[in-house]
Amino acid sequence: MKKHRTSYGAPRRAPYAFLLPAGVLFALFFALPIGYAIYLSLRKIEVKGLGLGSGARSEVWAGFSNYTAALSDPVLLDGALRVLIYGLIVVPVMLGLALVFALMLDSDRVRGRAFTRLAIFLPYAIPGVIAALLWGFLYLPSVSPLHYLLDSFGLPQPDLLSGGALYIALANIAVWGGTGFNMIVIYTALRAIPAEVYEAARLDGCSQWQIAWRIKIPMVAPSLVLTFFFSVIATLQVYNEPTTLRPLTNSLSTNWSPLMKVYQDAFVGGDIHSASATAVIIAAVTFALSFGFLRVANARSRREENR
Amino acid sequence: MTAPTTTLRARRRGGWLPTAALFLGAAYCLLPVVWVVMAATKSGSELFSTFTFWPGTGFAENLSDLSAYRDGVYWTWMANSALYAGLGALLSAAVSAVSGYALAQYRFRGRETIFNILLAGVLMPPVILAVPQYLLMAEVSLTDSHLSVLLPVILSPYGIYLARIYAAAAVPPDVVEAGRMDGAGEWRIFRTVALPMMAPGLVTIFLFQFVAIWNNFLLPYIMLSDDEKFPLTLGLFTLLNQGANTPALYTLVIIGALLAVLPLIALFLFIQRFWSLDLLSGAVKS
Repeated sequence: MKKHRTSYGAPRRAPYAFLLPAGVLFALFFALPIGYAIYLSLRKIEVKGLGLGSGARSEVWAGFSNYTAALSDPVLLDGALRVLIYGLIVVPVMLGLALVFALMLDSDRVRGRAFTRLAIFLPYAIPGVIAALLWGFLYLPSVSPLHYLLDSFGLPQPDLLSGGALYIALANIAVWGGTGFNMIVIYTALRAIPAEVYEAARLDGCSQWQIAWRIKIPMVAPSLVLTFFFSVIATLQVYNEPTTLRPLTNSLSTNWSPLMKVYQDAFVGGDIHSASATAVIIAAVTFALSFGFLRVANARSRREENR
Repeated sequence: MTAPTTTLRARRRGGWLPTAALFLGAAYCLLPVVWVVMAATKSGSELFSTFTFWPGTGFAENLSDLSAYRDGVYWTWMANSALYAGLGALLSAAVSAVSGYALAQYRFRGRETIFNILLAGVLMPPVILAVPQYLLMAEVSLTDSHLSVLLPVILSPYGIYLARIYAAAAVPPDVVEAGRMDGAGEWRIFRTVALPMMAPGLVTIFLFQFVAIWNNFLLPYIMLSDDEKFPLTLGLFTLLNQGANTPALYTLVIIGALLAVLPLIALFLFIQRFWSLDLLSGAVKS
């Protein structure tokens, strides 16, 4: 390679060359589709006459009409409400369990650490569709061990796949699948806390409980922010689990979650324009939530630094 | 653990509560896995009549039924999943490695902007991408092809984010600078100096991406119509859908689910040895 500099500083062009593959992929598979989705969301099909023959259906500018239609669509709003309820169960339970398990793995009085860590992380390796499928069978009265036990004691068997229990049934799949991943993220952060911090705390007479509450949890706050942020995003995008459970129950509509409605509108209803508008709304909500949240998190960490 | 064994034992005596809680958590997480292992051994009639955690007698029969189903389409799904996840994760780890390294080791105009734009990709719901991705793939006649499922998953914003952290923690700038003083080019420094140092982190990224792609459902669901190209998740989903009308297919779904999970469990156990959870703290020590 030709020497094109006198100092040993980094060359100017190298980082851009290194980032080229990511840039090209981003442009083709992220930026272009997003731009196209926004474009589609601002257009609609106009049908002339009976809509028969060529030229009867034409694509025209729609302004924000797809958006106003989507935002006043009770089907979408119901779906959003369902996902909100679902998220209010999933996120606190999953992150609470992840934090508790991570703290317990990190406490030095525990046995079977390697085995339990692996076992709790294991569901992460199982595809959401297959997890939903397995739990779906476990909820099914004719197969479920719970129902088998209740039946042998002559007790009534709850229907886990309808009404309010359906939220618990769906939330359980997400909690089961996600706790281990979040536990590992928090546990990794706990392992990174230098031992001197603990020694100082012990010399000051802190109990294990105080160490956990006053030192460990504040020090892993950035990981908690990260896991919270990923969990909320994953919750907004819930799709696979309710879709997989549908064949097993009549109480899951094709519009159960907003993303299911997008799929339904685009690929079953054939209305890509209103589907795109709904998709853009979901993306905007996701962005607003996560950026707002990141701002709060950043402001907090800056305050900590200035103290 | 450098603590003397006596104090370690003394401390362990009071550890029954966290230990019990962890084992309870482990039992909860293993429950469906144990169930599917047991259920896979049951014949169709045993599935609905015997205790769910008791093994049955139909394992070999289920296996041959699954293999026979539509001339072994299940094994095609398995091969497809391996192709999508293996190749996709490999390319993804490579792209993440160069990008993360560049973002960590160079100071250049637009660095944070590029990073933030890439990271914003994490926030993008798959459907907002999947609908237009489908339409754009249709424009270039790539829908219902292996490429339509493979190409969109190569770029992983999360992988780049991790690679940047690993590159910053594991590759000391002094070493890069020393490479420059020896007259090595930037690409050569990356390949021979930085890449080996980042290797443990890249294994993690590969694993995350492999799992993510293996578990992917929505993208293939939208892109593919020919079931010869389906990955396992989509294949099993269609099988379950048909099973709602023909319960005889349930035994196939169950043994299919078990076999779909085994490779990932094997991969996990295998990769544990290379996968250092203490990577970040380890890098700080050196």
